[in-house]
Amino acid sequence: MELVQAAIAGDRRAIARLITLIESEIKEAPAILAEIYPYTGRAYVIGITGAPGSGKSTLVNQLAKSYCDLGRRVGVIAVDATSPFSGGAILGDRVRMRDLGQYPGVFVRSMASRGNLGGLARTTPAVVKVLDAAGYDLILVETVGTGQLEVEIARTAHTVLVVEMPGTGDEIQSIKAGVLEIADVVVVNKSDRDGAERTAAILEAMLSTRERWAGSGLVYSDHSGALLPRLAKYLGGEKSSMTEETSWRPRVVRTVATRGEGIADLLCAIEQHRQHLLTTREWEERNRLRLLSEIEQVLRRRLMERLLHQVELDHLAEVVNSVLARRLDPYAAAEQLLCG
Amino acid sequence: MIFMNQSHASPPIRVLIAKLGLDGHDRGALVVARALRDAGMEVIYTGLRQTPEMVADAALQEDVDVVGLSILSGAHLVLLPRTVDLLRKYGLGDVLVIAGGIIPDEDVPVLRERGVHAVFGPGSSTQEIVNFIREHVRK
Repeated sequence: MELVQAAIAGDRRAIARLITLIESEIKEAPAILAEIYPYTGRAYVIGITGAPGSGKSTLVNQLAKSYCDLGRRVGVIAVDATSPFSGGAILGDRVRMRDLGQYPGVFVRSMASRGNLGGLARTTPAVVKVLDAAGYDLILVETVGTGQLEVEIARTAHTVLVVEMPGTGDEIQSIKAGVLEIADVVVVNKSDRDGAERTAAILEAMLSTRERWAGSGLVYSDHSGALLPRLAKYLGGEKSSMTEETSWRPRVVRTVATRGEGIADLLCAIEQHRQHLLTTREWEERNRLRLLSEIEQVLRRRLMERLLHQVELDHLAEVVNSVLARRLDPYAAAEQLLCG
Repeated sequence: MIFMNQSHASPPIRVLIAKLGLDGHDRGALVVARALRDAGMEVIYTGLRQTPEMVADAALQEDVDVVGLSILSGAHLVLLPRTVDLLRKYGLGDVLVIAGGIIPDEDVPVLRERGVHAVFGPGSSTQEIVNFIREHVRK
């Protein structure tokens, strides 16, 4: 495909068009991805997640500038939420990234979540591949403003930054499960505010005492079923070889993103994590799990599509009505639909 | 509805909304952005004090169908044609360009001549803008 070749050659208009096609999940998207896949795997992907208003976009702005100054070509994917009611979205991350206009080596793309609930859009991993193939060697992926459970970024990025703010939680918040658990680096942004020291101290204490998962820091979401963990175990063997010395202890970095303070420390922490991945088995392991999870997601979607293609609409209506009338329970209904 | 398959629905219209020039008043732009969101469009909002170069660059990277420019500074006869020219230079000549803000009636024909597809001044309803976009964007 001509467009694909132009994108790989770095033509920005072609890259943008290609992203649109993939994001729209057109019929040809799988063929496009097949064509670009051999060119991928070169980029380093950094995920940025955290609560709305914590300063993710401002941090991305600073990071992109810094990496550009180091001679890197930087791709930015900024995800914002799609309205579940209208299907529309306000993608406002560019407001905080206005400096990036002066950097020709930066490509910024805003994405709407389009119904996906994990903090990214369903096609975000595919869009990462487009930018990767187009020669952006550093890709920053900013999630929607997250609560506690949007952990998909851990399956997309090599290094995950979780952005916190002073005064947003106490010890009990810091030991709850979820987003904080996927952090490779915790950023306490807005550190010029009261309580920054205490927040950083709480996070440090929590992170220094927590147990790491055996092996990699990659998560399984509960709804991903048994396939992924089973396959991972089969392919990777028993992964309990991580010792205290070889497992990564997340860093806590304090920043004031609006003024660029702490950004050098943050770059340093990211580089330390990258070195850690490269010098341990974790790099390989994470890559394997990332790709497995991607296969699984596509598989899940295709199976669902195939199933729905088979089910007649009046049969579906009948089953739903039976459940409404309490003649059938939802589990039995699903069984009936599966059996046709 | 519960089994609605989104991938086969037509993708949302993408609109870039930007404040062109040096005035700092973005209420109108935000009202329009929100109305377009409620009409099911994806609105990339880039904020205040944008230059034609910034707008064209963002439109290119975001691959938008529509560029909506709000301008109240009086520099519309310079900045709007310049933005249109840059969009064409970038190969984005098929992007719908609409403008809003304080633009005197006598300037509207000039702007249309220079490639601005429509001007929505004070008193325009957001529904008019939504309708205009839906009619003119080929999806």
